[in-house]
Amino acid sequence: MDFKVETPEPVDTDTEDGRKFRQEVRDFLDKELTDDVIRERALNRDLPYDTPPLVREFNRKLGARGWLSPQAPDWPEEYGGVERSEVERRVLAEEMTARGIGWGSGYGGIQGAVIIRRGSEEMKREFLPRIARGEISFALGYTEPNAGTDLASLEMRAVRDGDDYIINGQKVYSSFAHITTHHWLAARTDPDVPKHRGISLFVVDFATPGITIRPLWTMSGDRTNEVFYDDVRVPARNLVGEENNGWSYIREALGVERIGMGGGVVGEGRRTILTDLIEYANETERGGKPLSEDSNVRQRLAQLAIEASIRRLFSYRTSWLMRKGDIPEVEAAMSKVWGNEFDQRMGHIGTQIMGLYGQLEAGSRWVPINGSVEHRHLFAVHLSYGGGSHELMRSLMATRGMGLPREPR
Amino acid sequence: MDFDLNEEQEMLKTAARDFLSKECPKAMVKEMAQDERGYPPELWHKITELGWPGLVFPEHYGGSGGGFLDLTVLVEEMGRACLPVPFFSTVVLAGLFILNAGSEEQKQDLLTRVTQGEVILTLALTEPTAGYDAASVEVEAADDNGDYIINGTKLFIPDAHIADYLICIARTEKGAVPEEGITAFLVDAKSPGISCTVLKTIAGDKLCEVVFDNVRVPHKNIVGELNQGWAPVAKILQQATVAKCAEMVGGAQQVLEMSAEYTKERIVFGRQLGSFPVIQHHIANMMIDVDSCRFLTYEAAWKLSEGLSCEVETHMAKAWASEAYQRVAALGQQIFGGVGFIQNHDMPLYFRRAKAAESTLGDSYYHREQLAQLLTRAESSAS
Repeated sequence: MDFKVETPEPVDTDTEDGRKFRQEVRDFLDKELTDDVIRERALNRDLPYDTPPLVREFNRKLGARGWLSPQAPDWPEEYGGVERSEVERRVLAEEMTARGIGWGSGYGGIQGAVIIRRGSEEMKREFLPRIARGEISFALGYTEPNAGTDLASLEMRAVRDGDDYIINGQKVYSSFAHITTHHWLAARTDPDVPKHRGISLFVVDFATPGITIRPLWTMSGDRTNEVFYDDVRVPARNLVGEENNGWSYIREALGVERIGMGGGVVGEGRRTILTDLIEYANETERGGKPLSEDSNVRQRLAQLAIEASIRRLFSYRTSWLMRKGDIPEVEAAMSKVWGNEFDQRMGHIGTQIMGLYGQLEAGSRWVPINGSVEHRHLFAVHLSYGGGSHELMRSLMATRGMGLPREPR
Repeated sequence: MDFDLNEEQEMLKTAARDFLSKECPKAMVKEMAQDERGYPPELWHKITELGWPGLVFPEHYGGSGGGFLDLTVLVEEMGRACLPVPFFSTVVLAGLFILNAGSEEQKQDLLTRVTQGEVILTLALTEPTAGYDAASVEVEAADDNGDYIINGTKLFIPDAHIADYLICIARTEKGAVPEEGITAFLVDAKSPGISCTVLKTIAGDKLCEVVFDNVRVPHKNIVGELNQGWAPVAKILQQATVAKCAEMVGGAQQVLEMSAEYTKERIVFGRQLGSFPVIQHHIANMMIDVDSCRFLTYEAAWKLSEGLSCEVETHMAKAWASEAYQRVAALGQQIFGGVGFIQNHDMPLYFRRAKAAESTLGDSYYHREQLAQLLTRAESSAS
């Protein structure tokens, strides 16, 4: 066993190429990372389901240079993969971190992972390079008014018509649809077979005529969307993999997604709501003494710190298994369940520690920590059903992890 | 990051599990809870022959020079089997204390005998004050022309009734702070003035009241430095706490596996109990508790093994395990229902041990408070 967090071997970036590349990155950032972008990014810090326009524009420019991530997509070059030297990676990471830029996913990681494995040659060539450059981005089109956790019951219909499919129906909770370019769409192509076997997966350009996107505003003030398809004509080459085999691709994509949910990449020493809360407790006086001296507060902060540590360890285990080449379905489910329910407790306990101040919303006078804890409390509600309900996750853990029998249907 | 045990640890784990499944049947465990001595000497002898008491001690004391992580793996299996032998007291509490703080002569003498299974030791730390902090040490050792005279009561001392020697933590001076003026003494358990009474405990652990009535101890029996005894106590508390967590992980893992198996066998309303989602969710919650305990514990053990500071990890592991093991045991009871409530079932062994382990070496409240001190850099104004 070894709990050491891998840190990259030190690389000498002070070479001629390194210095040149560093200057290139700095020049770019000096020009493009304007005060307006920084301000917009700061205001938006706690709104994970939105990216404001200036930041989007900045990301697009980053993507055009292949700098969306220090780790260029490890795809073959013909699909937009970039060979990047270790020196360049270090320089990029250092310069971005120095300016407080976190690496965004670009909303294409999940789709890229499925397309490279399942997509046709044509689809790989058409979409992967654009995903790599951040030119296109995806919103998920799974859930419908009558198909949530029981996703395979979805009713959106795609009917083959020559070289196209004609698609009709409605999707809901399609977060990011208003700020992305493409829909990762599940639709029924065969209504006469068992429901899992008649679903296909499509890549649909949101600019296609017949698509209407309407906002749905959530309890936490975040935007999600409903998307209506009215005789939308989608070229057949936009079908992912084989017709009627979409369910297996969706399961693959959900697996990748869950690994990210409730854990994701945990940075050591990164600023989190918990570190903000501890600082708040240290600095806030109640009844003539800091909150952090109140033993009830101390117990709760310590408990959150333990739970955060468990989240970190679960998340490390999942990525360790993936590095070994395993597909950690049970472990990813555990990590998702734990991480998301921890987020809910964090919002709940955090606002509780703040007392009356816990109800203040972002932008209000007197609001503590920019309202991020109050927002977390509201936002986290959906995490225990979004991306796989925790009832489903727990049954999956017990049946696949401990061999319990499945529920008869 | 590597969550796998290494090859030797895997071998040790498998060997320990095989040996204990044969040699430590649950009927014997239950018998030992009622037994006056509390352990079967033949089994302790066999364990010594396997070299377990010497696992963490250097080769020149007859040990095999293993690390703390190896010990953790072994103790986890002991917890899984509810093994009733004086391993924790002799090896973890007292043996490691001597290794950490003893003189070369003490180590040669005692550790050699520990590794050969010739001697049973224990640590006499806690008192009626029932705390693990320095202020709770009130038993006094008074200087009498170079010898020390110990007076007072030690309480909750494991295996003192069978121990050959006790390491008694006593106050030799009133220091400016509670941590000052504490000294560790190696005391022959047969010394005049010592009386030992076994307490009746929830898990059948042999915890004792040890009364020191003018017990004379020679100066050379000081372990470590005079008045500087708190530092090695703090160190052993950390190691013992992590080892205790490993024992708890083993117990919780066994409850999870037993319960999961039972849900496949038991038929209710015409189908397997485990096919009901409510039961699946109980099992899933047990899995979360077991794995979280395991990782927190092994991270702390790994740090100890590597010689890294692990205060935070130790407090986290015990604060968490104290509650999580009990949740797992309670869900196990719920899944087994009435059959698990009957004395001769295995579930009560674990349910009882989970409670006993909760307060041993500090409960959740204690460890969360210690953790809070490290997180907020402030003392609780209530304490």
